[in-house]
Amino acid sequence: MSLTADQIRWVAHLARLDLSENELQAITRTLSAVVDYINQLNEVNTDGVEPLAHALDLQNVFREDEPAPSLTVDAALANAPDRQGDFYGVPPVLE
Amino acid sequence: MIEKAAGELVSLLSRGELSAEALTRFFLDAIHARDGRIKAYLHVDEAAALEQARAIDLKRKRGESLGRLAGLPVALKDVLCTKGQPTTCGSKILRNFVPPYDAHVISRLREADAVFLGKTNMDEFAMGSSTENSGYQVTHNPWDLERIPGGSSGGSAAAVAACLAPVAFGTDTGGSIRQPAAMCGVVGLKPTYGRVSRFGLVAFGSSLDQIGPLAHDVYDAALLLELIAGHDPRDSTSGNQPVPACTRSVHEPVRPLTIGVAREHFGEGLDSEVEQSVRAALAVYKDQGATIRDISLPHSRYAVAAYYLVATAEASSNLARYDGVHFGHRAARFENLIDMYCRTRGEGFGAEVKRRIMLGTYALSSGYKDAYYLKALKVRRLIKEDFDKAFAACDVIVGPTSPTPAFKIGDKAEDPLAMYLSDIYTISANLAGITGVSIPCGFTRGGLPIGLQILAGSFQEEKLLRVARMYEQATDWHKRRPNPP
Repeated sequence: MSLTADQIRWVAHLARLDLSENELQAITRTLSAVVDYINQLNEVNTDGVEPLAHALDLQNVFREDEPAPSLTVDAALANAPDRQGDFYGVPPVLE
Repeated sequence: MIEKAAGELVSLLSRGELSAEALTRFFLDAIHARDGRIKAYLHVDEAAALEQARAIDLKRKRGESLGRLAGLPVALKDVLCTKGQPTTCGSKILRNFVPPYDAHVISRLREADAVFLGKTNMDEFAMGSSTENSGYQVTHNPWDLERIPGGSSGGSAAAVAACLAPVAFGTDTGGSIRQPAAMCGVVGLKPTYGRVSRFGLVAFGSSLDQIGPLAHDVYDAALLLELIAGHDPRDSTSGNQPVPACTRSVHEPVRPLTIGVAREHFGEGLDSEVEQSVRAALAVYKDQGATIRDISLPHSRYAVAAYYLVATAEASSNLARYDGVHFGHRAARFENLIDMYCRTRGEGFGAEVKRRIMLGTYALSSGYKDAYYLKALKVRRLIKEDFDKAFAACDVIVGPTSPTPAFKIGDKAEDPLAMYLSDIYTISANLAGITGVSIPCGFTRGGLPIGLQILAGSFQEEKLLRVARMYEQATDWHKRRPNPP
């Protein structure tokens, strides 16, 4: 196994994902197999090759900064799990 | 009526021989009668569809100007935002989400006076190749109900194949339009990256995602592409290239035509019946005067590995927005803000989505980014350069869409790697950004559809569709429909 349960626990914390013990074991096992497979990329000589993040030959795309209509507050907040007045409610961030 | 291709239905509608309401009712009745066994749809809003249809009939009666699809029912993958109608992405985390705006393609379809039948099932957040990863239901292949319809646009492909919609829209990040089209015996077109605006498409892998049509034939796919393609200022990656009039040229054969056949598309794992059908399809092109040329895509064997790093890295970032704050599910109980994020996401996401977020987070994490993510991007460039070289020597590349026909439900559920490999022939087109189509090219002895994949260079959809149409004109696989379940 190329990945350990501790590594998976750390990555789950980075990803803000709660995993049950069963999920943790299953992901450790299946991701290890996937990572082993992915490691074949090491066979490829990529010396001097530029990374390709994007298939289109596009760089910064600019537009005029003109005011335009936007969503109303009600429309923007319609899906909020916890609407408080004109705001999104969240648990306290500062003690 | 419901078996007809969209082009014919549009003609009947425009000649007044069929009303939009009557046609919409035909499809709604078929959905009632058959979708209990297929399970292609997640939501069908019957009243809204009939209301749209009646409004179009009224406009026609009054002699008002009408859009190009006036009255044609369409099905939509549930990853495209539809204002006022649920958009779940097949995920429990978006169970109650109702978008406040339309995706660009949805606006275009409204302008064209299409009627929206409903939203189709999909693998959660389009992550999967069988539609088994939906948070809601498993879709069945209309040709064999014990088998998967492919994925992730499995609901859209099954809806068209089972005549529960004349056309549907899907999205393709690694093969998610072409592979289900092959498995269900319909046409599925993945446009060039940048051809269609992604505005309002819920993001999976932003440098890979494209929206495209699933249809009974190549003409229908050309018609839908024309309607949705073109620059949109709301998606800075949508290109400025002019949109060709594909429907006008689609019936003209490409002559001379050089077809590239990549030896890497005929390797280990390819089902022998699939190979026979694809070889027979190449013979059909040869009979029409095409030159067949052996080519090589030497880095394509690394495409699945590179893809699963690039796509999951992008997904881990895109899916960070599901945090229980702005929309979607929020955990009922939590101790603090971080705990609220973790529980919300732990409860809301399914197993495959969690696995991919984990892989992407790992690939981008400190100490691993160079070895995994940047390495994958370098291999991605080599894969693109393989295509650039190949297309200097041929017009299109032809091969199988998927190495096997539709597999049984449950067969690959426990083995994600085996599932990933069913996209082995489609995935490099997304990494390179090029266009591709899957068209029906035969059936196995057991009666399962087989798909032929045709790939062309960036923004070469017009040529691609003409080449696809040449095969269709010489064969009648695309006219077959499964027996109603």
